[in-house]
Amino acid sequence: MRKIFIPLLLGLLVLTACGPRQPATLTVMTHDSFAASEEVIRAFEQENNVKVTFLASGDTGTALNKAILSKDAPLADVFYGVDNTFLSRALEAGIFEPYASPLLKDIPQEFQLDPESRALPVDYGDVCINYDKAYFAEHNLPIPQRLEDLTRPEYRGLLVVENPATSSPGLAFLLATVAHFGDPGYLDFWRALRENGVVVVNDWETAYYTNFSGSSGKGPQPMVVSYGSSPPAEVIFAEQPLEEAPTASLVGPNMCFRQVEFVGVLKGTKHRDLARKFVDFMLSVRFQEDMPLQMFVFPVNPQAKLPDAFVQYAQIPEQPARLDPALIAANREKWIQAWTETVLR
Amino acid sequence: MANPSPKRRARERAASLLALPATLFLAVFFVLPLARILLYALDGRLLLQADTWERVGRALGFTVYQAALSTLLTLVVGVPLAFLFARYEFPGKRLWRALLAVPFMLPTVVVAAGFNAFLGDRGWLNLTLMRLLGLGAPPVRFTGTLTAILVAHVFYNTTLVVRLLAHALEHLDPHLEQAARMLGADGGKVLRHVTLPLLRPSLLAATALVFLFDFTSFGVILLLGGPTFATLEVEIYVQGMHLLNLPLAALLSVVQLLCTAALSSLYSHLLPRIVTPFSLRPAEANLRAPRRWGEKLFLLSSLALLVALFLVPMTSVPFRSVARLEAARGERGEVRYGLTADYYRELFLNRRSSLFYVPPLAAARNSLAYALATVLLSMALGTPAAIALARRGQVARTLDALFMLPLGASAVTLGLGFLMVFRRAVTSPWLVPLAHTLIALPLVIRTLQPALASIPPRLQEAARVLGASPWRAWWTVEWPILWRASLAAATFAFTVSLGEFGATLLLARPEYPTLPVAIYRFLSQPGGLNYGQAMAMTTILMAFTTGGILLIERLRPPASTEF
Repeated sequence: MRKIFIPLLLGLLVLTACGPRQPATLTVMTHDSFAASEEVIRAFEQENNVKVTFLASGDTGTALNKAILSKDAPLADVFYGVDNTFLSRALEAGIFEPYASPLLKDIPQEFQLDPESRALPVDYGDVCINYDKAYFAEHNLPIPQRLEDLTRPEYRGLLVVENPATSSPGLAFLLATVAHFGDPGYLDFWRALRENGVVVVNDWETAYYTNFSGSSGKGPQPMVVSYGSSPPAEVIFAEQPLEEAPTASLVGPNMCFRQVEFVGVLKGTKHRDLARKFVDFMLSVRFQEDMPLQMFVFPVNPQAKLPDAFVQYAQIPEQPARLDPALIAANREKWIQAWTETVLR
Repeated sequence: MANPSPKRRARERAASLLALPATLFLAVFFVLPLARILLYALDGRLLLQADTWERVGRALGFTVYQAALSTLLTLVVGVPLAFLFARYEFPGKRLWRALLAVPFMLPTVVVAAGFNAFLGDRGWLNLTLMRLLGLGAPPVRFTGTLTAILVAHVFYNTTLVVRLLAHALEHLDPHLEQAARMLGADGGKVLRHVTLPLLRPSLLAATALVFLFDFTSFGVILLLGGPTFATLEVEIYVQGMHLLNLPLAALLSVVQLLCTAALSSLYSHLLPRIVTPFSLRPAEANLRAPRRWGEKLFLLSSLALLVALFLVPMTSVPFRSVARLEAARGERGEVRYGLTADYYRELFLNRRSSLFYVPPLAAARNSLAYALATVLLSMALGTPAAIALARRGQVARTLDALFMLPLGASAVTLGLGFLMVFRRAVTSPWLVPLAHTLIALPLVIRTLQPALASIPPRLQEAARVLGASPWRAWWTVEWPILWRASLAAATFAFTVSLGEFGATLLLARPEYPTLPVAIYRFLSQPGGLNYGQAMAMTTILMAFTTGGILLIERLRPPASTEF
């Protein structure tokens, strides 16, 4: 019995070793908000005979920190999720290698913030103030048209914002006010907002779900700093089907800050070709059309069609606030510190 | 005390070997990663800047202040409750005790939502008061106040006091108190001169643990305290993860760690002086139904406290998971509710065919598997360590302080240290129970050690004199006591693992999301359905915790090993 068994076992071993080649594993490091459709990722895997693993590594700052600290022995081949407020930091740390993807030619120049193509734009989203439509209608309140309007007495105590020291949309909104009023003019605006009873909380979840009256928490404030894509999300994730979004965004000039998210090939990858293919894939129409409903962001590739709910309920500001990433990197801490002294102390 | 004989010293040395596995574990999974990240990030130049010390001082001052206040309040609430559970028989006692441990593992986001639904500006307390008194503005301010922080800390940590104290109280020898009464002492005197001195080790352990948990509090301060309050841990997070100022984050971590070390060595120094060995009695000897009016009043008021402080905020979550707010959004008047099972149904659907969809049963299974592994690992490491530490030598005292340190380490910093030491291995699912064990181990040791320390050495010696082998003496004397304390310890390890989000978050998680991770995933997107599903998932987490604790408590030792 044993005489047969051992050669059989050996034969099996040899067979498995010579069988179809094990697919390589490509690892993609992302922040926790990353999401994608299963079939889209499976299609990429099949076309390239590769297995893709995603490493959810915390919020934007945490994920970037991890990528920087592990740059000598990278945990992944591709890193997705650094945005324009953190971009300079990632580039200074040198975690990415340049890759001029052929797909970049389709993508508008305004998103290509790294001329050396180490970080390639994937998506964008606008941080805007959302308002509770029913509240404004019921109280016959006019919709604020400019940032300056928010300091008027009729909006006293109606706005909740996130602390820019702990929240990414909070920081984005602070940057919008810096872009609009300049430094140090933004502090005067915030002083006036404080006198007008602006409410500050630490994170988006509390602001949106506890303080905002337009969401599930039925909070006291009818205006919240959130995203331009939140109104369509309210329709898609409604408890009961809705005809109309219960909320909308304030999209006046400089009222929204545009966040652009980037992807890059990590230095030291052992699968450079596959990593580049995956970057191409993220910029391709297939992935770009999948993103809006998964991550509630807008595609940078203009060929990607937006889902109906986005066309119907999302507003894209004509003049979003912008700041140079290098300027943000140089002043981020100073602005937040000054803001803290002005608004919280 | 007489000089220890050489034989005894040899035995002590052998005993400290028992602490070796836990010490090695700590060295590899705690000291090494922490040292690595601190050496990398610390920057001497920071020490010379004046505003550095102002920042550190401000954060440290508030941290100590709120932790001291919170600990005091937790003791005020917890000690009477411990007496209630240890001394009186009343209906639903087991369930109450299990429920009390549930807050310990609830994610902070959910607790904040629970308190807000109850005490917030639009919570039902304010809505009722506004209607009754005809007020235009909410009379009770809760969110964003120091009160909110204190209440949440009491809510979270009372279970620590109750479990540690009740365990000791249950097994006190009732004859001691009875003797004191016979000799003419009134109730107050008995408490002061007999009961409290015997309880001091457990009380000290509970105080030390609660203080440490409050000292390193993160989520509660961030979510309920709001932006005007910042503890060291919150500052570490803000500086390290948001401003990418790792040197300052590292400096703050060192300050926090030093404070923890000072506290733990103070504890290990005090403990041997206050332990009074006493013979333990089975819990039933101390139990009775409340008889006198005073006792009944005590029972009723304690139950009222349990309902108001624990049950109401807790039940608002399951309630919200089956309640639908009527679609009239933004309406400022009355909010009406309808019942629904939609959120639970939706949990089982992957509507957007997302790659990251977590089936609720899979999340529950992962959570339970991690919790089980954590219980086994922390008990396997903690039990021999506690036995070794109960022998009280100089080595034991140093080790004792070391074992407490993980509670004071910043999860943010430690997570980054893990990354630098274990590199690609941080993606292994095995690191999750290991990280949970770091937090569970001090709790396990703190629970076992006072129980072991109160065993009179005479008992062991008597058994030996009667001809029992050392093994047999241990088996008949220490094991029955240890076993019972082990149940309390295992409960802690179980709840810590089920609710731990920080450590899970800081490791990379490729494919095995736990229940808390799934809850956060829902809460990070807008929409009523997401919110409802988060509440439904939390309800499932609460059910698992309560069930798990009840199950652990059923594992009583067989009656034959009772004294």
